[in-house]
Amino acid sequence: MSRQMTGAEMVVQALKDQGVDTIFGYPGGAVLPIYDAIFQQNDIRHILVRHEQAAVHMAEGYARSTGKPGCVLVTSGPGATNAVTGLTDALMDSIPLVVFSGQVPTFMIGTDGFQEADTVGITRPCTKHNWLVKDPAKLSETIHQAFHVATSGRPGPVLIDLPKDVQFATGPYSGPKQARVDHYQPKMKGDIEAITKLVELMEKAERPVFYTGGGVINSGPGASQLLRELVDATGFPITSTLMGLGAYPASGKSWLGMLGMHGLYEANLAMHGCDLMINLGARFDDRITGRVADFSPHSVKAHVDIDASSINKIITVDLPIIGDIGHVLEDLLKVWKARGRKTHKEGLAKWWATIAEWKKVRCLSYTNSDTVIKPQYALERLEALTKGRDRYITTEVGQHQMWAAQFLGFEAPNRWMTSGGLGTMGYGFPASIGVQVAHPDALVINIAGEASWLMNMQEMGTATQFRTPVKQFILNNERLGMVRQWQDLLHGGRYSQSWSESLPDFVKLAEAFGWKGIVVSDPKELDDAIMEMINYDGPVLFDCLVEKHENCFPMIPSGKPHNDMLLSADAEAFRGGAALV
Amino acid sequence: MAALNIKKGSTSHSAYDLRDSHSDVERSHTLAVIVENEPGVLARVIGLFSGRGYNIDSLTVAEIDHKGHRSRITIVTRGTEAVIEQIKAQLGRIVPVHEVHDLTVEGAAVERELALFKVAATGEKRVESLRLADIFRANVVDSTLESFVFEITGTSEKIDAFAELMRPLGLVDVARTGVAALARGV
Repeated sequence: MSRQMTGAEMVVQALKDQGVDTIFGYPGGAVLPIYDAIFQQNDIRHILVRHEQAAVHMAEGYARSTGKPGCVLVTSGPGATNAVTGLTDALMDSIPLVVFSGQVPTFMIGTDGFQEADTVGITRPCTKHNWLVKDPAKLSETIHQAFHVATSGRPGPVLIDLPKDVQFATGPYSGPKQARVDHYQPKMKGDIEAITKLVELMEKAERPVFYTGGGVINSGPGASQLLRELVDATGFPITSTLMGLGAYPASGKSWLGMLGMHGLYEANLAMHGCDLMINLGARFDDRITGRVADFSPHSVKAHVDIDASSINKIITVDLPIIGDIGHVLEDLLKVWKARGRKTHKEGLAKWWATIAEWKKVRCLSYTNSDTVIKPQYALERLEALTKGRDRYITTEVGQHQMWAAQFLGFEAPNRWMTSGGLGTMGYGFPASIGVQVAHPDALVINIAGEASWLMNMQEMGTATQFRTPVKQFILNNERLGMVRQWQDLLHGGRYSQSWSESLPDFVKLAEAFGWKGIVVSDPKELDDAIMEMINYDGPVLFDCLVEKHENCFPMIPSGKPHNDMLLSADAEAFRGGAALV
Repeated sequence: MAALNIKKGSTSHSAYDLRDSHSDVERSHTLAVIVENEPGVLARVIGLFSGRGYNIDSLTVAEIDHKGHRSRITIVTRGTEAVIEQIKAQLGRIVPVHEVHDLTVEGAAVERELALFKVAATGEKRVESLRLADIFRANVVDSTLESFVFEITGTSEKIDAFAELMRPLGLVDVARTGVAALARGV
């Protein structure tokens, strides 16, 4: 039965019916009716941000740590344009979001009204889909369709633009079950013949490797569980992209570590030298492949992805399987077991022996110091002191992000939130607030660089207001570390604009917002400082003054193949040392 | 630390992998895209082509089923086989796109285009333009003492040929609809 209500009431009712408990947003003239409806209820918690970009990143953090879509409410014009970076970030990393933006009344659209922007036009290329709703009778169905599109198939952000008169107007409300979603139904099951072919390849493979990505995480915890079962049963080595960390546990016996530009030596060489590559929900990103022409030249490649456009986009594969990772893994396990759980035992033993040789390189080694905190050391200590806790990690973008991926171990999915595709500096801090809102009792740490962190520092007020005890672990090298590293390696050491001048006193800044501030520069005091941060019941700004000129290795320079890695500043020493099979 | 010994002016240290240009042959394909007739759907399709750097040689769009809210977009595009496959996959991913057909590879298809030509001429040239129009089965849809407007239907090649012949006779304006195409048979 449909009930009559205003457009604004429909928005709130639809959110309730979709099981939404939290919305991140910022009010303004064009969304006042919705804010009025929010005022008159207690089921949905509204988190008031300080900037709309942060609202979207918070919703991303919420979504990635819960598996549920994140919701955002912003006003027209600048509210919507400020959300664009977050939308693009979510699109690149396939994060389900439902964003509501206000719009000038329908009769004013196109007149350059106050705070008018062509929001559906601006956000068309940075959403999975978007809608401008002009008819209140279509509003509730559109919202339910929006949730369906955001969460089905390859997830992504969607936006609904709501003119103010539609929010005031009355119309019939219909529930989620009545919404017409039949035409958008991405295929979940993989082709069983192709899956059987993959099993045949797996049975014969002498040097197989699983290459997993964010698709495993997006497919849900069940997919990670099936992945673990398959990897452990076959004994095949597994590596993952930045996005896929945690799907297979870092403590698992088949784990090679992350691959890619700053991936582990053994992971990249395994990719280069394998004879069967099984890509599960990864997309052959350029940070993964290096030079495409020399990418894993001797392997048969299978690619499982729910998005057909990911197949053969960058790397031509031999065996494409279009479907949901969880569904495909289930069938893959079934067929492999039914055919007698066969693997090429001798080949695998030799393969693992080769990998063991690569591991001896100890590619993450660094020279520690008694006098200055090395960023790698800071992360090693953070890992040691937080391991086993109910821990969620977010990051900003840059060197610290890569070190975090290298030095922290993730045992479960949905525990690692980082801006992978878009590389958005300023992502991690708001994302950590979003995670903490969803998991109030967990230990939520944002690994940050000081430059990235400053990009959304205004959210300190949000963290204080909503009592989110987020820990901001800033590896402060007073540099834009990754930019500086590239200038060091590729631009003759001319450090153009890559230092952080006029930094604030982070301890005083913390205190100004009612936070705790900790500053540490002596390696001997690091452990106590980290414990102080963990044990403090409230948000902490942790200013960890680290070595200023440390570079992040291993590194595959852009345009180089996987077996041409730099392991340290002394690049020549490793030239040719990486030849294999 | 000049670890990589990269020559000045070289682009090999670009942040992006500069791919070898494919030697594959580029080929023209006619795609029929059946879409939900909703606001912005054409912008989504065009935005995909511009955003990802694909070519559009011709594009036509019109509603084909008013009750079912269906429109048909016919796109003539050009690219290597891999690029065409990618275009089709990307089109298929757009939420209001229902079907994508590659008429160039899915069996025989008929393609037609309509064009209007304004030819301003007098005397022998005027007579010649009429004679050629007759050969091409073009109709005269407007006439003054100094000009004709011809209407011609056919393949794009036929229309190109007609345009070439009309040019020296006094062609002053052309309007073409772009290609409409359907698969043959059922």
